[in-house]
Amino acid sequence: MNALTDRPAAAVDPKLLEILVCPVTKGPLEYDAEKQELISRSAKLAYPIRDGIPIMLPDEARRLD
Amino acid sequence: MPAEHLVFDHALRRRRAARAAGIGPATFLLDRVADDLALRLDAVLRRFDVVVDLHTPTPALRQSLARCARVAPAIAVAAQAAGIIDAARGGIVADEEILPFRRESLDLVVSALALHWVNDLPGMLAQIARALKPDGLFLAALIGGETLFELRESFAAAETELVGGISPRVAPMVDVRTLGGLIQRAGFSLPVTDVDRVTVRYDTPLRLMHDLRRMAATNVLIARRHVPLRRATLARMLAIYGERFSDADGRVRATFEIVWASGWAAHASQQQPLPPGSARHRLADALGAREMPAGEKAGR
Repeated sequence: MNALTDRPAAAVDPKLLEILVCPVTKGPLEYDAEKQELISRSAKLAYPIRDGIPIMLPDEARRLD
Repeated sequence: MPAEHLVFDHALRRRRAARAAGIGPATFLLDRVADDLALRLDAVLRRFDVVVDLHTPTPALRQSLARCARVAPAIAVAAQAAGIIDAARGGIVADEEILPFRRESLDLVVSALALHWVNDLPGMLAQIARALKPDGLFLAALIGGETLFELRESFAAAETELVGGISPRVAPMVDVRTLGGLIQRAGFSLPVTDVDRVTVRYDTPLRLMHDLRRMAATNVLIARRHVPLRRATLARMLAIYGERFSDADGRVRATFEIVWASGWAAHASQQQPLPPGSARHRLADALGAREMPAGEKAGR
């Protein structure tokens, strides 16, 4: 936990989840709070969230099979 | 985008940005632009709730915008988090060429001294126009085509003399007229462009080149020459620069051109052109002139 804020350091700003789409397909993203990932079913990619910062780079995403 | 159309090497540019942060960045241009952008936004009398700061190389713009009462804190978009995004202020990491935002989701997109590095500027503008809500605003400053013309000309003359050809050293940059056209073509309403010219004076052009490193603004052209600059070419360039672009006190001038562009995502409430033939007043009356039938020459 981050002592300076009231949310965990890894939590992503909910406002971001409303406006982000998959950069490859422009399709919707699902938020996996446990794994800290944004999942694009249409691109079969899971984008990591590091320290609350979504990394919207296909090269850094985990492939889903 | 096909590889042969790519102009800028983004991976190299990111490394240069990290190096600039390490040696102490030169931020005088960016600070000026960040200040100016906040002033321009203050003149817009409406609220902006979802705000994105697109690839501005430092947090300077977000700090300036903090004093704009009607602008919500901006979400930073950067190609690498280091130095720009942290957990407390938030933001996202995204590719320089791709905008990962939902259609019609943003109220305001701002960008300071970043979009001149984009390989596909028309494509980026179209993506911004799509991501803005109707009546959303785009406001950006880019480095323009007149920038560093002194350095470009001096390098070209030195290389022509000593190497027998010119190599690409100063990046191609957009001029204000082209940018205006691109904004309009991307579908923005009420496009406005203008130019701010900044002349900086240096003891020698070497100081300028050092500043360019501290701005992470050195050559990242894919077509750059991949052999080191020869000492003789550099010396000749410095001499030519001094001969052509120095003031009476011996200091040399360097021009930076900042081109500004803004546009609104289309909305029915905006001013619309009237259909042709719908005028209710005669132009001749407004001008106090006598109207003549077509074909007749004035003054006869």
